[in-house]
Amino acid sequence: MSPLARLLEAALFASTRAVPEAELLRLDPAADADGVRAALEELRAHYDHPDDGHAVELVEQGGGWQLLTRAEFAEAIERAQLAERPARLSAAALETLAVIAYRQPIGRAEVEEIRGVSVGGVLKTLVERGLVDVIGRAEGLGRPLLYGTTPLFLEQFALRHVAELPRADELAVALRPDLPTP
Amino acid sequence: MTAAAADDAPAAFVVELPAFSGPLDLLLALIRDERLDVYDIPIARVAEQFLARVHALPLDDAADYLDLAARLVRIKAQLLLPRGADDELWEDPRAELVRRLLEYQQVREVVDHLEARAESRRDRFARGAVPRRELADEGDVALTLGPVRSAATLAELLSAADRVLRAARAPVVHDVVARALDVPGAIGHVRALLARRAAARWRDVVGDDAEPWQVLSALLALLEMAKLGEVRLAQHGTFGAVEIARGPGDVLALPARDPLETTGEPARAAA
Repeated sequence: MSPLARLLEAALFASTRAVPEAELLRLDPAADADGVRAALEELRAHYDHPDDGHAVELVEQGGGWQLLTRAEFAEAIERAQLAERPARLSAAALETLAVIAYRQPIGRAEVEEIRGVSVGGVLKTLVERGLVDVIGRAEGLGRPLLYGTTPLFLEQFALRHVAELPRADELAVALRPDLPTP
Repeated sequence: MTAAAADDAPAAFVVELPAFSGPLDLLLALIRDERLDVYDIPIARVAEQFLARVHALPLDDAADYLDLAARLVRIKAQLLLPRGADDELWEDPRAELVRRLLEYQQVREVVDHLEARAESRRDRFARGAVPRRELADEGDVALTLGPVRSAATLAELLSAADRVLRAARAPVVHDVVARALDVPGAIGHVRALLARRAAARWRDVVGDDAEPWQVLSALLALLEMAKLGEVRLAQHGTFGAVEIARGPGDVLALPARDPLETTGEPARAAA
């Protein structure tokens, strides 16, 4: 491996969060963006080597790069109680999260309008879990709070950015008849 | 238990039976089960089935569903109104419902997408992965030795601070040291006053610069003495000066020193 790739590996190992490329660039004054990109690719290829691969992989998500253990080891690690998978979200929480992810910044009333139910409790849970946060206030009556997704949301859903979610016109929408049937 | 109840439940324990996450979910399920055309919903039939399902729900959970049920019934009524064949202004009352259903269907598809992503992400641990649940449990503040997790989010910090603040009892901010009333002392003062003159006024008993405890002591002393007949209180006119005179009961007839020996309890309670 190149010295830069090794340096990046050390930095990513030391960090407990996803490291943005801009921060990786600061590790070596001599490095440029292309160099870091190439070194990250080198590192990824090193981990993913078909014969001599590693138990961790290099993943770009949550606005940065991160080392993650491979899925095949999750069961054993959790059984040994070394780490625990985060609790699954309820359907209600996922729906609320989906609406916020697409419509942010969005107020609580609009979320309730789309979902057809009151969402106060779910919203509080999502804020507590750090997936959603208040990102402003709307103009208008009562200046309601506006919510948006957080970097942790991106991380827990393995997204690089929100735009990576399927666009509205890419969704199948099973009920839409005007779509060309294959 | 349906989603409506799950909404209100704390995060810790959410049981979701294969129920519906809301009224729109239920309506979509009905349309799918009956293989109906969402653009031409037979409202009468759907409304009837919707209500039947809502009746089966626990009452607490039904509130969110009743709103949509009411809308369905209203749309049904609107469709029954006669209209001219060439009425171009007529708008299908179902249009708004269809729009909402399609929007909601999109949300459901995003949920499927998110669920799949989260599922694959859950199986991969980052460095310093999620701490064991017991340690971060609510109630008491867990202190763990060893490496400190530095990647606490603002929300985590706030909720931790909240737990600490709630665990530590609020200090007593305002501590009033009660100054015991001195009723016997005041009685002595009044007696001394009345020994020298036949009558006195409130002003003579309580000076201008008297503290509240002294005023109260004097008041209680006078009331006590009036009760025992030692003094007579009179007030000529509203807000007039209170005149204090020797009462019919002779001082000598009273217990030698402290009338409060027998009736002390109320005075102390008042203090």
